[in-house]
Amino acid sequence: MAEDAFVRTGIIAPKPPPISEVGTIGWMRANLFSGWLNSILTIVSILSILFIAYEFLPWMIQSSWTATSLKGCREAIAAAHGEETTGACWAVIRERYLQMLYGFYPAELYWRPNLTFVLMMVALSPILFPGLPRRMLWFSAIFPFLGYWLLWGGSVWFPVSGMLGFAVGYLLIAGISERASMLAATICGVLGAVLYWLFLAEPFAQSAQSLLPIGLTAVESDRFGGFMLSTTIGVTGIACSLPIGILLALGRRSDLLIVKAICVGFIEFIRGVPLITLLFVASTLLNIFLPPGTNFDLILRVVIMVTLFAAAYLAEVVRGGLAALPAGQFEAADALGLDYWKSMRLVVLPQALKISIPGIVSTFIGLFKDTTLVSIIGLLDPVGLTNSIRADAAWNGIVWELYAFVAALFFVFCFLMSRYSMHLERRLQTDRH
Amino acid sequence: MTDRIPPKRSFTPSMLLYDTRYRAMTIQVVAIMCFMLLVSWLISNTVQNLNALGKGVSFGFLSQPASYDINQRLIEYTSRSTHLRASVVGLLNTLLLAVMGCALATVIGVFVGVLRLSRNWIVARLMTVYIEGFRNVPVLLWIVFAMAILIDTLPKTSDFRGENATASMLLGDTVALTNRGLYIPEPLFMNGLGDLSILGLFEISLDLIAFLLVLGAGIWAAGRVKRRADRMQEETGTRPTTWHWRILLVVGPTAALLYALGFTLGIPELKGFNFRGGIYMRNSLIALWLALSLYTAAFIAEIVRAGIMAVSKGQTEAAYSLGLKPGRTMSLVILPQALRVIIPPLISQYLNLTKNSSLAIAVGYMDVTGTLGGITLNQTGRELESILLLMACYLAISLSVSAVLNWYNDKVKLKER
Repeated sequence: MAEDAFVRTGIIAPKPPPISEVGTIGWMRANLFSGWLNSILTIVSILSILFIAYEFLPWMIQSSWTATSLKGCREAIAAAHGEETTGACWAVIRERYLQMLYGFYPAELYWRPNLTFVLMMVALSPILFPGLPRRMLWFSAIFPFLGYWLLWGGSVWFPVSGMLGFAVGYLLIAGISERASMLAATICGVLGAVLYWLFLAEPFAQSAQSLLPIGLTAVESDRFGGFMLSTTIGVTGIACSLPIGILLALGRRSDLLIVKAICVGFIEFIRGVPLITLLFVASTLLNIFLPPGTNFDLILRVVIMVTLFAAAYLAEVVRGGLAALPAGQFEAADALGLDYWKSMRLVVLPQALKISIPGIVSTFIGLFKDTTLVSIIGLLDPVGLTNSIRADAAWNGIVWELYAFVAALFFVFCFLMSRYSMHLERRLQTDRH
Repeated sequence: MTDRIPPKRSFTPSMLLYDTRYRAMTIQVVAIMCFMLLVSWLISNTVQNLNALGKGVSFGFLSQPASYDINQRLIEYTSRSTHLRASVVGLLNTLLLAVMGCALATVIGVFVGVLRLSRNWIVARLMTVYIEGFRNVPVLLWIVFAMAILIDTLPKTSDFRGENATASMLLGDTVALTNRGLYIPEPLFMNGLGDLSILGLFEISLDLIAFLLVLGAGIWAAGRVKRRADRMQEETGTRPTTWHWRILLVVGPTAALLYALGFTLGIPELKGFNFRGGIYMRNSLIALWLALSLYTAAFIAEIVRAGIMAVSKGQTEAAYSLGLKPGRTMSLVILPQALRVIIPPLISQYLNLTKNSSLAIAVGYMDVTGTLGGITLNQTGRELESILLLMACYLAISLSVSAVLNWYNDKVKLKER
């Protein structure tokens, strides 16, 4: 009986998995051809990629980099690849890329925007990467004035006297808050700084200039253009809109009824109208709203409007972050006896801003993309410059190459920003180890 | 224990700053004073500046003849019509573009968002490339790009003419796609009901109204039939087959009405140098429609993806363990929860699309920015009034959509006990 029972005494060596389940074939079966629908989708995708490559690659490769006009391009391509061949005329990029980058900024002064860009990176680095020494933040604080001076030129004393206004305000706040309440000190500090800017800043700058003339060649605003203009408007708007947006969000959540009403009205109004109408206001109406005789720079007016626009959107993003925070955090901060600003600064905002990072960065990306709208009110940003390049007889009729170049420029910057935001989210993720 | 009542002290001015009971009021009074000062300063500046320019604020220009032409319009308009009418034509064009754009963007966005979650490696990568590509390039660039594509690649009207035409009409000679625009068949009624004039300002086709009324009534009746079937299923456990009745109720009366009105399609025909008949959509409209839809769809796709991923896997498993089929699981369990996450940002994308439609001015489509904020503003020199009206138009659209959104949010809010 027992002899026909079979009991295995050893373990069989594992067999290799079937060839269709591992390696490239297994991966393709799992990811590309797992069912009839997936197979169709895969084939359609591969066909469309091939179609696009077939249509565009010859156009991109059979191109001319050296011609000096569109006609020259076509002749060069016809000579090299035969008649009837159409190819890209990248020569326009080679000839005009400096204009696309700097607009009509004087060529001998290109080092100034270049230096500003490098310094901007230096000023941004301690904010973006916390591993760097904290003392570099002082340079970040000075950079806005330095950058303005480098780009626009003129006497060094104007930005210096503008900077002094902040010092006046800070000294007033620090001095008064020791003797009186913080509220009174803040009001006095702001008032003092505003009075200084209104009445003392300009005489001080002029007398300093006459005593010790230091300056750079002044560059008029209408010579600004190209990607430099987009970056100037975008970066200034981003830097100024974040604090305003946070204040608006706090105002909207505040218990003070009137402050709340003003903030809600402002936010809803700005978010309800397109940016282009605000740019129309900047270009045609802002001078009507200001005292007679005021006439300041169009770029500055645009920056103000873009900043207000982005601030309203940021306020809603930050408000979302504040709303997502558990009420216990607010109560805990109160229970510790912190006053409003301290509880916001030390407890609430660090957490709320962390939650809203993705929204904040996508607002920044939106702001940067929206700087192209200034071409509609006549500023020469990259999109506006494509028109003025086409107005040149040599390049009349050239479209694709210019748009592709501008699109690539914007894509690189916006894509880097969104990747940085993902990196930041991961770095700030404290609730998972 | 005795109650601790705070000692009553007489009011001193310093309490306005130091006592939290009064400080809130101090801050508010200061805030409202600053705000009023700012507003009055702006108004007095405006009045001074306008006086210096010799113009007061007046909206009289709206009733003057506009004397410019609008080439894409939904209602009657000639160059002798007033500026007000030109603005209304523009506003309707804005709304037309917004509705068309939202519809197409939703379709593409949902499609792309679902495909990006696909397990198919190549499809998911392709959709990622599409989303990142469109999101990171300015929409203005896409609009001028789309316009350039339409002008450069589509056949000219002259290519359709002659014995050896190089281009031909599509879909059985009913649709003409040229570099000037798209010609599609228009509905014509042989024995139509005429037009209904509202206050002598606008004329609405009675045929359209009758069509919508009958269609609405049909859908309502079909809804009644479905509810009756639901009730019978709850009472008896068996569901009567009703789908053929419901289709008949929607299609039957509508088809009968169309037959009674003598419905035909007016097909565009090439006459002379141009196409005649049919509905004409200019290439600027098509370019804007495609560019805005594709751009917004990239954002909608991300919203849809996030919404689907927000529904936890346990919900699907719970539905399966209750014995629901996959289709019922999707429609009864997953979609209602995903929609609660998807709808609010989706609406804000719709609003973004509507606001971005103001970029029509870059390709010459006459929306409200192009008429009221463009030609009317330049012709009359009434910057203040025109821009205020323009902002009011967009604000009205945005605020009414926001109101609907708030109502919806309240309706679908989780009912927690």
